[in-house]
Parts: sequence; structure tokens; C-alpha cells
Amino acid sequence: MAARLKASGDLRLVRLTRHFDDFVAVAGIDLEVPSGSFFALLGPSGCGKTTTLRMVAGLEEPTSGQIFLGTEDITATRAYQRKVNTVFQSYALFPHLSVLDNVGFGLRQLKVADWKAKSMEALELVKLADRARQRPRQLSGGMQQRVALARAIVNRPDVLLLDEPLGALDLKLRREMQIELKRIQSEVGITFIHVTHDQEEAMTMADTVAVMNAGHLEQVGAPADLYDHPATTFVANFLGQSNLLPLELTGADGAVATGTSHGVSLTVDATQLPTDRSAGIQLGIRPEKLRLLADADGRAANRLQGTVTDASFTGVATTYLVAMPWGQELTVTQPNDGSDRARPGDPVTLGWDPHQAFVVPEAG
Amino acid sequence: MGWLRRNLVVIVGVLVMVYILIPNLVVTVFSFNKPGGRYNYQWNSFSLDAWLNPCASAGMCDALGLSLWVAVVAAGVATVIGTMAAFALGRYRFRGRAATNLLVFFPMATPEVVMGSSLLTLFVAMGIPSGQVTILIAHILFTLSFVITTVKARVASLDPSLEQAAADLYATPAQAFWRVTFPLVAPGIGAGALLAFALSFDDYIVTNFNAGATTVTFPMFVWGASQRGAPVQVNVIGTVMFFGALAIVGLGQTVGSRMRLGSRRKETV
Repeated sequence: MAARLKASGDLRLVRLTRHFDDFVAVAGIDLEVPSGSFFALLGPSGCGKTTTLRMVAGLEEPTSGQIFLGTEDITATRAYQRKVNTVFQSYALFPHLSVLDNVGFGLRQLKVADWKAKSMEALELVKLADRARQRPRQLSGGMQQRVALARAIVNRPDVLLLDEPLGALDLKLRREMQIELKRIQSEVGITFIHVTHDQEEAMTMADTVAVMNAGHLEQVGAPADLYDHPATTFVANFLGQSNLLPLELTGADGAVATGTSHGVSLTVDATQLPTDRSAGIQLGIRPEKLRLLADADGRAANRLQGTVTDASFTGVATTYLVAMPWGQELTVTQPNDGSDRARPGDPVTLGWDPHQAFVVPEAG
Repeated sequence: MGWLRRNLVVIVGVLVMVYILIPNLVVTVFSFNKPGGRYNYQWNSFSLDAWLNPCASAGMCDALGLSLWVAVVAAGVATVIGTMAAFALGRYRFRGRAATNLLVFFPMATPEVVMGSSLLTLFVAMGIPSGQVTILIAHILFTLSFVITTVKARVASLDPSLEQAAADLYATPAQAFWRVTFPLVAPGIGAGALLAFALSFDDYIVTNFNAGATTVTFPMFVWGASQRGAPVQVNVIGTVMFFGALAIVGLGQTVGSRMRLGSRRKETV
């Protein structure tokens, strides 16, 4: 068992491209998924993430490019020849077979003698052993989802693909399944590639997140890195919220660079600056990194003056919209920690630590 | 008034059932009759003669045999071709698909008199002698549409990701078809085959045009016999066919519900 648990290698996509007539669904992506990792492909609908997944599964043929599993080029192999299994969005359980026969389908194809025992083991892993004799339609959506998962992992594939598997579940069940999936992944040690449009889900579950947009990879990294240091405006806005300000650099002094935005002079962590350009850049600050300051407060190096236009109380925090003199509205999330709350119409000062901001190239 | 309102649906339902079943009941009852004269229209006295000697009427069992043979062959051929056509139309996009979908409806929409006479014209023009072969060709032609329509509905209701899931689970295209697709479409194929059999077996108009002078199917025999008084044996065959069809439908329902349940455990979540 231990030998089978060891995944045979990393998944590598090389300039993988897929056209549908004139439409470019996937525009030449290069990606490496280390063996044993929990990897998320995140992007809005239509960004090409599902097409990428289907190419890895062998259900879609790439227009060009290559797919490697370990050292082996599997681009030309068919779906049934790949040690890759998929949990489909619609679960795709066979309605004419029992839960046990569904789970055992792959093993029987592979002519594994003790498929029944192994299938029962997989059903125990997803806590459905007592439902083995039932038909899929007798189970709830969440249970069907777990059967689909058991049916895929029982084959111990090199890579397990999950195509928005939690999309059809309600919020509470989704949270439970997210934890379940993480537990199962760490238990079986198979590479999981999880396709989702839910940024929170991707960040909660995955070790590494690849953000896709319009057929391209925008950025690949650990969730915290993507959040704190987004490389593009798309990532800055797709993962959480960002306040983006145009930035003109005026000088650098060691670790701190200075610049202006709409005539206000600001300081930036110099390590954040892109190496390839000094113009056409934007400063980004997350709403929770901005603070409403008392005028006398001298802590924050960067300050902006504005007027509150909206305040919404959300329990743990209050979210303000603050209008800048140049018309832009910045979002500020202030924890309800006992500090004074502002009301719409109040003039306020916003401040932030230069090290808590990031810099991205202007979009387009 | 209140009672009537509450039970109106049941009453209408029962009346409709009576309306549908009375002819069959009459046929069954009169299969046990010993007619007083040439015609079996009036109850005379109870008799098992017709049941004990079903082939006593000259030529009837030959006609019945021919009709059964034609129906089995026509339904068989139409089911195989029709199932393949239904998969093509239900699964794949190709040039001429919309036109084919429309053309498939034509044999169903064409009046049988028109179809029968034009087929005869065609066979004569091509020099094909009328007989069993022309009957078969005609029957396959008009039952095909019904098979295609029935199977296509079943194929369309099938989630295409099921076949992909089978492929994903190491099944070759042929294995995926026989282990997943075929078992799921089989009820539709079975229904199409039964429909084709029934339509072929009782067809009179198209058959009469294309049978030629000496070939006589069961419906043709009954029609001819009824001019001079149909033998009671016709009622026997009719009764057997009716209860045979009932048995097949009943069997289908039982098997179907057992397959749906899977196990004895009925509990759902």
C-alpha cells in the first residue's frame, strides 16, 4: 500500500493551448503541480480552468502543448489510459449501479481482485460504508458528492481532479466538505487539483493557488502570498478587495521609495516595486489595512483625507466608503474594537503602514 | 354534490378505462361463443371449441405465422438501425442533422394510404415482385421512425458526463458503451422494439398495397374473413395478443421498479 501511495511524479503543463474555433479557451499555460500537493485552479467562469482540467483528464484534446506526468508525456494518451481520476461537477454517478459498484467501477476495469474490500475501505473513508447497497439517487447531494470522491480516490490515481465539486452544495455542507476534503487529501497523499471560482474556498483548502483569467495564468503561489503580494490588478481584485491608487515615483531612499498619487505624497516599501518598470504602476491597499485615524495620531506614515459616504456595520467590523477629493471611493474595514465610529458626512483621515501595501502594474 | 366534486377525477378515469377496455372485453367474451350462424356478433352458447382448435379455420394460422415472422424481423431490423440513428441524432452534431430529424418524422405524419400506394409504385417501377420482401421493406421503413423517436428521447435524457466518467475510470469506449450507456438506454430500446412489433403486426393498409396476390398476413386474413363472417378463432388470437401485451407491460413495470429500488431497503434520506 505504501508503495502505491507514493505518487509517481509531478504534473507539468507545457505551453498548453486549447482553441474552440475562434475562441481561445486556454492560451498556452505553463504550470507545475508538485506531487502530493493540494492545488487550486481559481478563476471566474469562462477563464479556461475547466478546459485545462479536462485536458489533464484526457476528456479534451489540447490544440497544442504537452502534458507530463512525472517524466512521461501523456498528451497523446486517452482518458482511460491515464492514472488520473476526476470528481465531476454533476458527480456523474452511474444510476443503474449500487454505491458499491460505482466505487468499484475503476478497480474492476483495472482487474483488481479484491475490489470489493478496497471499495468498502474507500466508502469508510468518506463515512458511507452503511450505504454501499443503495442506489445513488437514494442519497442526498452531499452523500453523492462523497461517493463520487470515493469512486475516484479508490483507484489511487497519480492526480485527482475536482471540477467545482462543492458548487451544488449549500453553504454549511460546503464548509464541512472543505474540511473533509483536506482531511482525506492529507490521509491519502494524492495530488489534488481543485477547480473553483470561489476564492475563499481556494484559499482555505489549497497549498498553492493558480489564478487564471481569460485563458492565461495570472499568478501562482501560496494563498497568503497571492493575497499580500498580488502580481496583477486582476489578482488584487479577484482575491479579496483592493483599493488601487495610481502611483508616480519621485525618488527612492534605500528601503523606502517615495511617490505621489493625485498630488498626495506617499511612501512605498521599495522591495514591492516592480523591477521592469517605474511608470504605469498602481499602489494597492487592502480595506482591512486602512485605518480611520484621529488627526493627532502620528503612527501611520501615509495619510489621505476624505469624507465618509457610507458606513455599514457587519458585527466584527464596520465597512466605510470614504470619498477622496478626486472622486474615488476607498473601502475601509475597521474592526469594532471600541474605537470611535464615523458617520456618513464626517471628514476623516485614512492611514496605513507602507509595508502593508503592494504595487501592481496598471491594467491593460 | 360535494361527494361528486371530490371523486370526479376517479369517476372520469374509470369511465375512460371502461371506454378503452370494452372492445377487448367483447373480443374475449365472444372467443367463448358458439355462433348460431355465419357471424359471431350475437351470443349463442358457451363453447371452448375455438380455444381447443385455434388453427381450425383454413389459412388463419399460416397468416398468423407470417405476420409474427414479419413483425419480429421488421422490429429487429428497425430496432438495430433505429438505435444507431438515435445515438447519432442525439449525441453528435453534423451537417444535415436538423434535416434528418425532420425527415424521420415524415413516415409518421404521412397517411398510410399515401405511403402504401407510393411504395407500390416504387416497387413496380423497380421491378421488385410484391410479397414478403416488399412487406418487410415497407414495415421496416415505417416502424423505424417510431424506434428512432423513442430511443432518441432516452439518449437525450442521458447525462453525457456518465460516459466521460466511465472513460475516466479506465473504460475503453466500447466498455463504456456496454457497461454504462447501453444499460441506461435499454428501456428505451425495448419500448421502441415492442412498439415496432405491434405496429408491424397489426398493419393493414400499407401491407395490403404491397403484399401481392398470394401473400396474406393476419390483419389481411381477418379483414377478408370478416366480409363473410370471421371465425371465432380470430377472437382467440385477439384475446391471446391482448393478454400477452398486458403480461409484457406488467413484467416491464415489475423489473423496472425492482431495478430502481436496487435493494429491499426503501429508506431515502
